[in-house]
Amino acid sequence: MKTLLEVNNLKKYFTTKYGMLHAVDDITFKLEAGKTLGVVGESGCGKSTLGRVILHLLNPTSGQIIFSGEDISSPSKAKLHELRKNMQMIFQDPFSSLNPRQTVAQTIGEPLEIYRVCKNKQEYSERVKEIMDVVGLAERFENSYPHELDGGRRQRIGIGRALALNPKFIVCDEPVSALDVSIQAQILNLMQDLQKQLNLTYIFITHDLSVVKHISNDIMVMYLGVMVEKTTTKELFEKQFHPYTKALLSAIPSANLDVNRERILLKGELTSPIEPEEACRFAPRCQYAEEICHSKQPKPIEVVPNHFVACHLVKEINQL
Amino acid sequence: MDNELLKINNLVVQYIVDRDVIEAINGISLTIHDGETLGLVGETGAGKTTTALSIMGLIPNPPGKIAEGEIYYNNENLLKKSEKDMRKIRGKEIAMIFQDPMTSLNPVLTVGDQIMEVIKLHNKVSQEEATLRAKKMLEMVGIPGERYNEYPHQFSGGMKQRVVIAIALACNPKLLIADEPTTALDVTIQAQVLDLMKKLKEEFKTSMLLITHDLGVVAEVCDSVAIMYSGEIVEKGNISDVFRNTLHPYTKGLFNSIPDVNSESERLESIPGMVSDPSNLPKGCKFHPRCQYKTAACEEQNPELREISPGHLVRCLYAKQTIEEK
Repeated sequence: MKTLLEVNNLKKYFTTKYGMLHAVDDITFKLEAGKTLGVVGESGCGKSTLGRVILHLLNPTSGQIIFSGEDISSPSKAKLHELRKNMQMIFQDPFSSLNPRQTVAQTIGEPLEIYRVCKNKQEYSERVKEIMDVVGLAERFENSYPHELDGGRRQRIGIGRALALNPKFIVCDEPVSALDVSIQAQILNLMQDLQKQLNLTYIFITHDLSVVKHISNDIMVMYLGVMVEKTTTKELFEKQFHPYTKALLSAIPSANLDVNRERILLKGELTSPIEPEEACRFAPRCQYAEEICHSKQPKPIEVVPNHFVACHLVKEINQL
Repeated sequence: MDNELLKINNLVVQYIVDRDVIEAINGISLTIHDGETLGLVGETGAGKTTTALSIMGLIPNPPGKIAEGEIYYNNENLLKKSEKDMRKIRGKEIAMIFQDPMTSLNPVLTVGDQIMEVIKLHNKVSQEEATLRAKKMLEMVGIPGERYNEYPHQFSGGMKQRVVIAIALACNPKLLIADEPTTALDVTIQAQVLDLMKKLKEEFKTSMLLITHDLGVVAEVCDSVAIMYSGEIVEKGNISDVFRNTLHPYTKGLFNSIPDVNSESERLESIPGMVSDPSNLPKGCKFHPRCQYKTAACEEQNPELREISPGHLVRCLYAKQTIEEK
């Protein structure tokens, strides 16, 4: 399989009045075409920032982004315009990410106008109808405004807008977390179908591990700006090596009464990402933490083939 | 355990907006016994929060009004109480945890004062005594007492929700209504808060009405569960009956739409269509437009809530047949 996206040592720091906030700190990964990478973590772990930096909605502090074999770390304005055709985003909140004064057709058609992809009005309206059909919006909603529609349909508009230019790569930032479960299932199925039909590559950002299990090929778990574990979905749900991933997985309430619910309760809450000390970021909440964890930041190592873990004690904890 | 602490009979609540009548709740009946935790599950607009607000006597009127029904708390009808009497019950006998911890605290009062306020309102205690009790409440929910004088913005989301829980429990209520208490929280923090609620429930023997859309949370803390759809209860029973022997097509659909970390299935089974518009509910069974088993009869008559096995009630014409097929 061809590598579509490669990210090397990507960093994004924000300046705050208390110091530098390390939102994304030294992230490296590769993503093959047609695959989905799930990025999981709790609020404030930098997962949305990562997605935005890759799309150049935010400029990276340092590091390299390679898309289709081309270095796009610091593109020119014209280059960026060209790139956006291939890289799109689906936003979290279908209520605030749509222009309330544009109809469904206008919202979906706007990218087509900006990129002047249609020769004439007829082709334009046909393309809009085609996209609406693809995302499952009935033609009668063409002239509806977002406030007239429910959350599921609004999210379909957001997906349609992202698909309008036939992109190769889409960053989905919590696309289903604002939706009810029955609607959530419809949207997830739609996104899976579209991926197969159009050979799309997704980065799927979410805090919901059960959703990510469903849709991803690979999963990356983030904690306070750093990657703590990354491997294939199957492997991750079979064995987790990082203590944070273990706790995260055990914390999901399951609707299955017969599942053995042994729970690892984490103490405390996220520590501050502002000027973090040279130490494992998870150490203050980790039950295994030893001296080395408080003095040195662990680098991700490949513990078993294609399973990366950033933990000093990974061997001891998991008896490897 | 056998005493019926809360009993709702055939409650009907409507909101009147312009000329439309929005039928938010269409005749629900519920019972919560001493020490029982009942989960109320449904999607947005199913009427879960309206049910909670009715119990608290907090339905905004206008536009809302309770058209029919009775709500008995310890055999007294709450709907007949004066506002003055209700104020004595709210916070003291029945307390509520609201959904969004970010907006349900007063930003210009310290968290300690907000807990103390409830204690002083309902108990004849001195300022010092109230402060002391408020500090104890903070510590009970896992926040150091020294943080008494801090403001809500100095706390994280999970801690704010703990403060809200501390306020609700400050007067040791007999019934706690928790409206989506963990929805705004991250999973690891959610696990902490659920754990805390379970401990408090055991310690104080509080009865609880837990409103949520997350069946996983219900499995975690509830004894019994009621599933709501379009302002009606479509299935209720103890948790093992409803989870292991699911009967209503909507409940089944809900279970199938949850991506489960423990299952291997590739594709989710979704419920087609959307929740019906509450100002224009369909005739017959409210769920029939989305139901894969519907027949002509479903479009005509709205089924009664029938008892299929002891304590397990279902509102579906064909529920019994499904059992026999099994």
